[in-house]
This record gives sequence, structure tokens and C-alpha cells, in this order.
Amino acid sequence: MKIVAVTACPTGIAHTYMAAEALEAAAEEAGHEIVVETQGSAGSTPLTAEQLAEADVAIFAADVEVRDKDRFAHLPQVSVGVKKAISGGDLLVAQAEEAAKNHVPAPAGAPAATPAGAKAPTGPGAASKVRAWLMTGVSHVIPFVAAGGLLIALGFALGGYQINLPDDDPLYKTILDGGFSAGSITAWGALAFGIGSAAFNFLVPVLAGYIAYAMADRPALVPGFVGGAIAVTTGAGFLGGLVAGFVAGGLVMWIKTWRVPRALAGIMPVLVIPLLSTAVVGLLMYVIVGRPIALITEGLTNWLNGLSGTNAVLLGILLGLMMCFDMGGPVNKAAYTFAVAGLSTGSEGALTIMAAVMAAGMVPPLAMALATVVRKSLFTDVERENGRAAWLLGASFISEGAIPFAAADPFRVIPSIMAGGAVTGALSMTLGATLRAPHGGIFVVPLMGNPLGFLVAVVIGTLVATALVIALKTFARRRPVQATTGATETVTERETVSA
Amino acid sequence: MSDLITADLVDLDLPAGDRREAVRSLAERLVKAGRVTDLDQFLADIEAREAQMPTGLDGGIGIPHCRSAAVTEPTLGFGRSAGGVDFGAEDGNPADLVFLIAAPEGGGSDHMTVLAALARRLVRKSFTGELRSVTDPAAAAGFIAKEVSA
Repeated sequence: MKIVAVTACPTGIAHTYMAAEALEAAAEEAGHEIVVETQGSAGSTPLTAEQLAEADVAIFAADVEVRDKDRFAHLPQVSVGVKKAISGGDLLVAQAEEAAKNHVPAPAGAPAATPAGAKAPTGPGAASKVRAWLMTGVSHVIPFVAAGGLLIALGFALGGYQINLPDDDPLYKTILDGGFSAGSITAWGALAFGIGSAAFNFLVPVLAGYIAYAMADRPALVPGFVGGAIAVTTGAGFLGGLVAGFVAGGLVMWIKTWRVPRALAGIMPVLVIPLLSTAVVGLLMYVIVGRPIALITEGLTNWLNGLSGTNAVLLGILLGLMMCFDMGGPVNKAAYTFAVAGLSTGSEGALTIMAAVMAAGMVPPLAMALATVVRKSLFTDVERENGRAAWLLGASFISEGAIPFAAADPFRVIPSIMAGGAVTGALSMTLGATLRAPHGGIFVVPLMGNPLGFLVAVVIGTLVATALVIALKTFARRRPVQATTGATETVTERETVSA
Repeated sequence: MSDLITADLVDLDLPAGDRREAVRSLAERLVKAGRVTDLDQFLADIEAREAQMPTGLDGGIGIPHCRSAAVTEPTLGFGRSAGGVDFGAEDGNPADLVFLIAAPEGGGSDHMTVLAALARRLVRKSFTGELRSVTDPAAAAGFIAKEVSA
């Protein structure tokens, strides 16, 4: 029997190769031929088309997504975690023999593997798969956030906070349309802002697109990207993008299990799947996600406007919570728009609201940046990179700097930053900081009333959020589910991370 | 390209007990040999990898490893502990052979192939058996170096 295998472990320097060695030894002992593609860091010699065509069965020993899984669609598959392969190579080979025997190759060339094959029931648990998909999206988004955010911050620094006002006809656009004059600093600010904005527009589509890609490979790129783009236009923000990404990925995973006549099989990945899945995801995003989101934003804004004579501190808490819930999404937008709209009245109350809103909005990126410095070990390499950029993004009131962290670990990060934001909002209101500029963060401190109070509020809220997120990530850690034994790894002494 | 492992990176007398101490002790040797520039960063990266999934393997082997910006070139530290160090292996046994694998962030490909070769050897009983009986650090280092370049 001819076996093809792929081994892939997270760091790519040890287990990947050990599994390969174990599989090769086991296959040899059982009298089979085997070729292993090690998807590790010493580069991998990809399996040739010939080897794939002649193979009888595929074995995946992987803890991360196997790249280009489509190549194996015609083969029965056995999937396990990398460690199981190392310690139980012969068992795995026996399983492969079974799978090959029971496999009936479909004459129409359609994937005959049961739909469950796509879900790999014996592989790493569902929770860690979802996280792996999420992390693929997040790791692709981070450079966009860093580059776009820093350019936007530069734009504000050079062009002043008016650079993106008024909303319907922003200054930077006017300047760029009218011809860029290298002599004016504002023009450079406009340029930086324009470029940064262009990068930022990709944020949610890239997040959604690569989550979908991790789930279902190339055909899922289109519905993922497009779904994410629609999330932006409907104002659903990055949370909408997450929905779009997972729905797109899941949809394409399902479509791939359909039996199709040979004539269609060729155009499936390039035409049929993208067309169908994009149409469905688009419909979903516009109609099912879009309408409710728009209604939510409207409703929240009206409600906020209706609150009259509310206790200032409570308002601060409320706005703080809202600003940190979904950076760029409907709730955050409602709070921000409410604050900015108030500026036109010029009342003292409105100015305190603007200060509180901006202060709270600075907390998420600052808190996450601090957390990556204080407890590096809780974050992946890419998250730490993002943390470095997040300092400046937070200081410039670019809350999106926290999106990669929130997307990667929403249940721990979002509550923490909301708590920090609430504290900041309350403190800012109590200390009576005021601000007449709608954007700019640190750069508009000269325009603030009681800037010290503002900064104190930001610092304290940041510290609260950082402490919470570290606590949650340390003590409420997710445990990888061992799907093969069916038992969840219980919390053992591994949990005792030195404080 | 300097050697993957040298005699001073071998400790045939690791005290039994906590894996963090064992890793730290081996890591300190790597620092002394100039292979690791920032001990704390390196240990944090090791810990992060360990947190993803424990690196203990059935049969008494522990392979703490990481890619780190604090590592200058691919290096192996080897420790043997009579009492055993717990690395969370599935069979529950402590590791008497500990391989600390340090890879630089970028990782030039020839270097990484050597590490890959090491990883493959770890599965072979002849390799681990020899390392259990070797009596001298230089001999251990020499044996490993020969095996991975073969």
C-alpha cells in the first residue's frame, strides 16, 4: 500500500520531524511505502502529483492546519495530533490500512470521503481548530492594523485633528484631490492619512477572508473577503467580520462535500464555489446581519440622545463600556457619534462627554500593549509584534489597534477592556476633563480642559484592563480538548504559572 | 556554521524536579556559550511553547523548544537527570533525557535541517539508548553531532 502523509506542529522544529520519522519507521515495518511531507521550518519537499495520484491513503499528523488539503480530496484520510503519531506510529498505519480498505473511489471524481472527513473527528479538538482558524485571520490582519494605524496617527499629527473632517467631505480627500503640494505639512498629513485609511479599509475583509481561508482554502477567500467588506459597509465592524469569516468558511467546507458531475468538477473551485458562496454570504450579511446592525446603531444613538440629566459618572461608565465593546462596530460607533454630535452644541456637558469617550477609546490598545510587555508568555509572537505598534495607536485614539487581540481571544479580552473603559469613563467625568476635538488622542492634550485628569483616567483604566486581561488569560485558560481520548485535559499542576 | 552542540552544553547530572529549573539550568549554559542573548526572553518563549502543549514524550524524553529572537544560532542543550523531570508526557513518566532545542527567529535553512535531523533521531531507541549510557559530556556532544550530520 502506498501512503502519503503530512506532519505539522506549531513551532515546526521538533514534533513535525519526529512524527515523520515515526511514521516512516512504522510504515516500513508494516511493509508499506510512504512519503511524508513535513510542513516544518526546514522547508518542506512537497508531495509530487505522481505520488499523490498513486497513493492509497493519506495520514495527517498535525496540530495546525495542513496546508493545501485539497490535494488529498481523492484519498481516504486519517488525522491525529502530532504527539499521537510519535508514540503510536504503528497504530496509525493500521488505521490507515482500514481506511484504505473501506474506501470506495467514486467514479465521477467527486470527493467520496464522508462529509465528516472534512471535519477530521479524530484530529485536534474542535475548540483548538476554531482558535487556529481565528489566529490565521488575526495574524494576517496585524500588519494592516500596524501600518494603517501608524500612518493614520501620523496623519493626525501632521494635519491636525481636522484632517478627516467634515465626515461627508474629509479634508484629506480634498487636499489629495486638489493635488499634493510637498511644501505644506498638512498635505503630508493628508497623504499619510489617505494611505493609512486605504490600509485600514482592508482590516475587516482580511480578517474575514483569512479565517475562511484557514477553514476551506483558496475557494473560501472570495466569500470571506467580500463578507468582511460588507460587514464594513453595513457598519457591523470586526464582530460582523468574524461572523462573515466563519460563515464563509463553513459554507465552502460544506459545498466541497457535494457530489458533482465530472463536467462541473473542473470549474468548481474557481467559478461555482466562489460565486455561490459569495452570493449566499453577501445575502446573509446585507439582509440578516446588516439590517439588525443598522437598527442597533440607530436605537443606541437615539437612546443615548434621550438620556437627559443622567448622573455624569453613570454616563461615563456607560460610554466607556460601549467604546470598548466592538472597536469600529455599531456599539462603539453609536457612543462615538453621540459624543461628536454633542460637540456642535458647545455645551460644557458635551465637552466632558467627548473627553470621556476619547479617553475610554484609548484604553483597549494601551492595555493590550502593556499586557504583552508585562506577561509576554501569554501572547503569541505575532500578538507581541502588534503590541509594540499598539502603544502609539492607543496614544492616538486608534482603538482598532486592539482588534487583533480581541478577535483572537474575545471572551477574555473584551470584558477586560470594557471594564477598563468603564473605569476611565467614570474617572474622566468625575475629574471633569473636557475636550473640543473629536480625534487625536495625545496630540490634542493642549486642547483639553484638565488634561491631567484626562491622563490619570486613561492610565488607571489601562492598568485595570491590563490586570484583568492577564488574570483571565492566566487563570481561566482554555485547555486543549483531546478528541482522541474523548476526555478534556483537566487542569493539573501545569496551571500554576508563577504570578 | 558552529556546532549544534558542544561539551559545555551537556549536563549529565541534572538535578531531579521542576522542569522550569531544568530548562533554566540548560539555558544558562547556552547563554554562557553565547548562543542565547536574553535569558528572560528565551525562557518566556520556551514557556509559551510549553503552554501550547507540553513537550514531554513517552519513554522519558522532554524536548522543550522554541523559536526566539534571543537565539543567535540553532543550538541544542542536553541534560540527563537520574531522578527525572516532569514534562507532562502522556504516559505520565518523568523525563530522564532533556533536549533543549533553541532555534533563531529567521532560521537559515541549513541550520534548520540539522535540527530536523536531530528531531528524527529522537525517535530511535539506539540514539536515546546510547545517550542514557554515555559517561562523558564531550562523548555525548560528539555522538549527537555525528548522528545529526550523518
